[in-house]
Amino acid sequence: MIRMEYYLIVSTIMMFVGIYGFVTRRNLLAMLISVELILNSVDINFVVFNRFLFPGELEGFFFALFAIGVSAAETAVAIAIIINIYRNLRNIQVRNLREMKW
Amino acid sequence: MEITLETIVFAVLALFTTVNAVLAVTTRRILRAATYLLFVLFGTAGIYFQLNYSFLGAVQLLIYAGGITVLYVFSILLTSSEGDMAKHLKGYKLVAGLIATCLGLGVCLYITLRHDFLPSHFEHGELSVRTIGHALMSSGKFGYVLPFEVISLLLLACIVGGILIARKR
Amino acid sequence: MEYTILILLLPFVSFLVLGLAGMKLRPVVAGVIGTAVVAVVAAVSYCTAFEYFFAVGRDAAGLYPTLVPWNGVWLPISATLHIDLGILLDPISVMMLVVISTVSLMVHIYSFGYMKGERGFQRYYAFLSLFTMSMMGLVVATNIFQMYLFWELVGVSSYLLIGFYYTKKEAIAASKKAFIVTRFADLGFLVGILFYGYYAGTFSFTPDAKLLVAAGGMIPLALGLMFIGGAGKSAMFPLHIWLPDAMEGPTPVSALIHAATMVVAGVYLVARMFPLFVGYAPEVLHWTAYIGAFTALYAAVVACVQSDIKRVLAFSTISQIGFMIVSLGVCTSTDPHAGGLGYMASMFHLFTHALFKALLFLGAGAIIHAVHSNEMSAMGGLRRYMPLTHATFLVACLAIAGIWPLSGFFSKDEILTACFAFSPVMGWVMTAIAGLTAFYMFRLYYNIFWGRENRELHAAHTPHEAPWTMTLPLLILAAATLVAGWIPFGRGISSNGEAYTIHIDGSVAAVSLCVAVAGIALATWMYAREKQPVADRLAETFSGLHRAAYHRFYIDEVYQFITHRVIFACISTPIAWFDRHVVDGAMNLLATATQGTAYAIRRIQSGSVQRYCIWMLCGALGLTILVLIIC
Repeated sequence: MIRMEYYLIVSTIMMFVGIYGFVTRRNLLAMLISVELILNSVDINFVVFNRFLFPGELEGFFFALFAIGVSAAETAVAIAIIINIYRNLRNIQVRNLREMKW
Repeated sequence: MEITLETIVFAVLALFTTVNAVLAVTTRRILRAATYLLFVLFGTAGIYFQLNYSFLGAVQLLIYAGGITVLYVFSILLTSSEGDMAKHLKGYKLVAGLIATCLGLGVCLYITLRHDFLPSHFEHGELSVRTIGHALMSSGKFGYVLPFEVISLLLLACIVGGILIARKR
Repeated sequence: MEYTILILLLPFVSFLVLGLAGMKLRPVVAGVIGTAVVAVVAAVSYCTAFEYFFAVGRDAAGLYPTLVPWNGVWLPISATLHIDLGILLDPISVMMLVVISTVSLMVHIYSFGYMKGERGFQRYYAFLSLFTMSMMGLVVATNIFQMYLFWELVGVSSYLLIGFYYTKKEAIAASKKAFIVTRFADLGFLVGILFYGYYAGTFSFTPDAKLLVAAGGMIPLALGLMFIGGAGKSAMFPLHIWLPDAMEGPTPVSALIHAATMVVAGVYLVARMFPLFVGYAPEVLHWTAYIGAFTALYAAVVACVQSDIKRVLAFSTISQIGFMIVSLGVCTSTDPHAGGLGYMASMFHLFTHALFKALLFLGAGAIIHAVHSNEMSAMGGLRRYMPLTHATFLVACLAIAGIWPLSGFFSKDEILTACFAFSPVMGWVMTAIAGLTAFYMFRLYYNIFWGRENRELHAAHTPHEAPWTMTLPLLILAAATLVAGWIPFGRGISSNGEAYTIHIDGSVAAVSLCVAVAGIALATWMYAREKQPVADRLAETFSGLHRAAYHRFYIDEVYQFITHRVIFACISTPIAWFDRHVVDGAMNLLATATQGTAYAIRRIQSGSVQRYCIWMLCGALGLTILVLIIC
């Protein structure tokens, strides 16, 4: 019997690893990958809560399902933006994105 | 806690997912990061399977691992040249990020483990696709037709937006 | 008589039109607009006067009624205390309407010639309209506060007109001086009004007698403070210093504002509050008489030695206003037959003086126009060149000297009669000043039209008679001066409203006539000829006195000393230092500290999302830990 907390530990670790990547990586795509990690960990949480605490209902399940759809949309737009940036700047390092800073 | 097959599978999955996640954010090659992400997604799908949510696991594999990762790989290939490596980060930023994350992780875990959840009871049994389909298409209570339609609109919008943003001017 | 509102509205509209659109108009058009409006106002004023004195007439008690055709509560403060705006018609305000509109119309016509070709011709007419409106508003005020409002408006227009030649340094200084001195005096007026409003419970001119008695000593104090305001406007010693300098303005303005109308506002104020002065503050009233007498004497002495003809006239104005104030101040009751004659005499003198002093100033303007100088040394022998101006000027001089049958004789005679009734000393002093008046006016007259001619100057630039626009007002005013004395003035205006028949007191009239003739004879002997040995010798013998009088007994220097050496050096400078270093310093410190802090912390706002993310994480963590510790 696996306790619910074990799943939560995994998802928490994944969440903070994602945050760490988001804060430290300088490449836009790497940051996006970190965001995917964060999203994933949240999905796991929803599903786990649904399964263990409210097995008769489907809210967590559908939330995860829709989150996957939303993250697909998000990724598509983000990558379009990144490609556009690359076309303008010839690289995708965060520190070069200064045009909008001031 | 007795060691069952289930436990072993979970341990392997958890270790696999966690290690790959850490590798995904620490590797200096971006293509490798995407690959590690793919592994993390596989691991997550495995967790879903273990929770008897096969449909969700399949969706995870199809959309995330199949669709999004491929998108990543394509864009990486488009924007990075061969042998492109992330530079070593400056020390203090790394340390600041590391400390903040470790602290956050500690606090979160502390809270999670201290908290008394509702009495949890794991029920085996697969969620049938018929139930999922009915729930998705019904408009009554616990019906999800509105989010379903909204997300279809969102996807349409993001297709148009993606084309608009990325097209050559 | 609702149409009287036009008297205020028309000049105001004219002021707005000329002030806003004037520069778009041709100068002549602007002048015609201003003059036409004043002509209409004058017609309305005459109509009002006729209707008031003859059509409305006396009521059952034999008094002229006080009419209020317009009144609106503007600012209610309590049930009884409210500031109104309206029109009040009684004998003196109607009389003032006639005087102001007449002189204003004359000045408007005259200015066509005098101001021809000046820069800012339209502006000039706009200001004249503003002045006319404010002066009319002042005299028809229904309450003391409305009077104060228009009083300040009059001051503003006076300031604007004195500084009309704003490129001239002296004009700027003079306008500032006039404004500051009168404003300073008006402070007393305002405080007096507030005292009066507090203790009498109303701003109206007819308060509740019970409240006044209950207020005791405060009412005389309030009236005294009000008189300070009046003294400032009417140039009573020691607040007279602005009036001679105000002559820097255009001469028609001097005629209108600084001779005929605005400067008598103080007299009008005392006359307006006369029942209160007599009833509740007779001592204050008598003090005004002493101040007036001293001012009259002082100004007359100074006028004897001035060389600038406009200054002579300015000091003569001060002296004559002194006469009016004295005449009001010597009243001891409201009965014209027993001690109240001075009220009527004062108003009568105000009326006649406005006419002949306007005539003198306009004549002086014509002379200045002809010789392009204010100094007597540039004149002399002008009678050959300017016969019309000469004749009218002579009429005015004879009037102010008090020669029968010109208007000045009658009014001055009434004043002297009132003074003798008060005390013989006052009577004789005022008689002597009347003689002095005759002397200095004829000194002026002879130095301009006879005496030593400045032949070189006149050869270079032959003086010529003024154009008809300037001589016409002179002739009209001269005609008015000739006949004004025969107006049965006492029938319309007297201290208690009952008809009073003016009768010439034989002995007083004889004495004043003798003194006037003696003054004229002395002036003739000293100044009428080519050479003036007596005058020169006198000036040499009493050189100290002469110099002191020429410098107006150094009153301006005393002011200069007090303001600069005492007030500025001992009070203003430390205050300025405190303001600059302590008050400003504190503010600067605040600003510097803010700037420094901003510089120090602006690196936080780096624009880097990742850094913000770390901060957000830290904040969230901090809050979480805080909650954990507390719970």
